[in-house]
Amino acid sequence: MSDIARPDKGSVAINADECKGCGLCVISCALGVLRQSDSLNRFGYHPAVYAGHGCNGCGLCFYACPEPGAIAVYKRAAAPRATQPELVAA
Amino acid sequence: MSEFDILHQRAKCFYDSFERKAELQHQTHYCPGCGHGIAHKLIAQAIDELGIQDRTILVSPVGCSVFAYYYFDVGNVQVAHGRAPAVATAMKRALPHGVVLSYQGDGDLAAIGTAEILHAANRGEPITVFFLNNAIYGMTGGQMAPTTPLGEKTTTTPFGRNPWTEGYPLHVSEVLSSLEAPVYIERVALGNNKMIQQAAKAVRKAIANQVQGLGFSLVEILSPCPTIWKMEPADAQKWVREELTKVYPLGVFRDKTKEAQPRPAPVPAPSLDELPKIFSAKEGRPPALAPAAPCRRTVDLRVKVAGFGGQGVLMLGQVLAEAGLDAGLEVSWLPSYGPEMRSGTSHCHVRLSNHEIDSPLVSRPNVLMAMNEPSLRKFLPAVEPGGWIFYNGTSLPEGAMRTDVTFIVQPFIALADRIGDTRAGNMVMLGAMLEATGLLESEWVASALARLSKSERWLDLNRRAIEFGREVIHREVSI
Ligand SMILES: Cc1ncc(C[n+]2csc(CCOP(=O)(O)OP(=O)(O)O)c2C)c(N)n1
Ligand code: SF4
Ligand code: SF4
Ligand code: SF4
Repeated sequence: MSDIARPDKGSVAINADECKGCGLCVISCALGVLRQSDSLNRFGYHPAVYAGHGCNGCGLCFYACPEPGAIAVYKRAAAPRATQPELVAA
Repeated sequence: MSEFDILHQRAKCFYDSFERKAELQHQTHYCPGCGHGIAHKLIAQAIDELGIQDRTILVSPVGCSVFAYYYFDVGNVQVAHGRAPAVATAMKRALPHGVVLSYQGDGDLAAIGTAEILHAANRGEPITVFFLNNAIYGMTGGQMAPTTPLGEKTTTTPFGRNPWTEGYPLHVSEVLSSLEAPVYIERVALGNNKMIQQAAKAVRKAIANQVQGLGFSLVEILSPCPTIWKMEPADAQKWVREELTKVYPLGVFRDKTKEAQPRPAPVPAPSLDELPKIFSAKEGRPPALAPAAPCRRTVDLRVKVAGFGGQGVLMLGQVLAEAGLDAGLEVSWLPSYGPEMRSGTSHCHVRLSNHEIDSPLVSRPNVLMAMNEPSLRKFLPAVEPGGWIFYNGTSLPEGAMRTDVTFIVQPFIALADRIGDTRAGNMVMLGAMLEATGLLESEWVASALARLSKSERWLDLNRRAIEFGREVIHREVSI
């Protein structure tokens, strides 16, 4: 995926507790940085997870997802700082 | 995350938590992969962007989206199946500044609610309609909808939808686009990223139109229902994209957004004070004499007035009932007539009593006022023994006889001709009835007459007719 030396343009956060594991976000992401977890969330769904890097902040996964708050998409701030942000998969 | 700005997140106009369920208060009640959730998000985002949360009213339908009001923190009503456009019309007229959104499934809008959507669109109501077309009844478990594609198996078309028995898929957007009034109609789909982006634009535009005061806007959204279609969410999305769009081509069917003028503000309803004038009623009520001289007699009058339409049967009953009001009695007046304005049969039930009236129906009259022979024959058997029968004729017709009642037989209509107008025959008969029964004072009748007569000329004629009827009793009581 993306070169770790070059900072990502975007990021995505998935709230595993609000995800119903439908997988629509996974197929919406052209960069393939989303997948469904092998493990289950506490409601019995395989939640989507972010690979942790490679997102360009296009936002398409947000629109594909039927749940109001399962996905949030971020884009790099206008004046990026030097350090790579800490990205956590849900 | 300090390196990053939020680009997309939960819309502000969603409630923080969804109280419907004890658990899972951050999830919707929709199945995984359901298009309703996506459509909700598109609408919520448009509301946020347009800054109209505090003046938006969402009308939730019956169907899987019946609980939409648990999600949107806006004004909410949930209405009977299919009626959302009618309720939205009322909302918009009552609150013109409100932004009224009708959200409906295809069973709701295209089956039971066909009349409401058609007429709301035809009136060009300045509302916004979101029409979620998933080609099936979701909530009730998969019955055929008018929008179900041909050949599709559903619980009600187990061998596939057959056009000979179930007709063809209903193209709502096309049908509504044949109307003059709508401003904007577009069909979009939730079939892939690109389609969803287009849907987002359409949703926003349909709401923005209303904010600008333009007329009727509708977005039909082809939407996946993985559960009832028995597909994985990804396959359901594909089916929307590849199959449903073949039956329902996407596109803009109507767009008069550019040339449409903002609709004129609704004319405010007249004030209460103006109503008497509008209905050409007389200003104020003539002072009722009732308080001065209330009726002290025991009254239990059950009157059936019957005749042809146009003979003044209903008016006769009304004068009687209103005179009863002035006498301080309990009264009821119940008209009953066929669809004809003239010459059909017509009758009314009138009750006057010292006691509360249980039913306004008079099935056992103690006074029958029959303006013609069929009415006499029809109601004669029902009259209580000891009752009165007033009949408009020169003699009783053959076989219409009873010995346990009092008959007053006069050609009332012909008599009215003598005072100048056959149309006052009803009042001549009323005068005779009042005089014979002696139950109501002349003043009570006079004030009722003053309220009910449609002009001075009629008032004069009616007064004279009643007087004449009273005299008739004394001069020539027959039989
Ligand atoms: C007057 C009335 N008739 C019938 C029903 C039963 N009913 C509930 S939902 C529904 C159809 C819903 O289908 P649709 O509008 O397509 O919504 P979906 O559930 O697919 O989102 C029906 C017929 C009802 N609730 N009320
Ligand atoms: S924002 Fe775009 S790139 Fe990032 S995860 Fe979502 S779809 Fe993929
Ligand atoms: S689209 Fe939403 S609900 Fe579906 S798997 Fe992705 S995050 Fe979960
Ligand atoms: S039955 Fe269909 S329309 Fe209803 S919530 Fe489930 S997926 Fe959505």
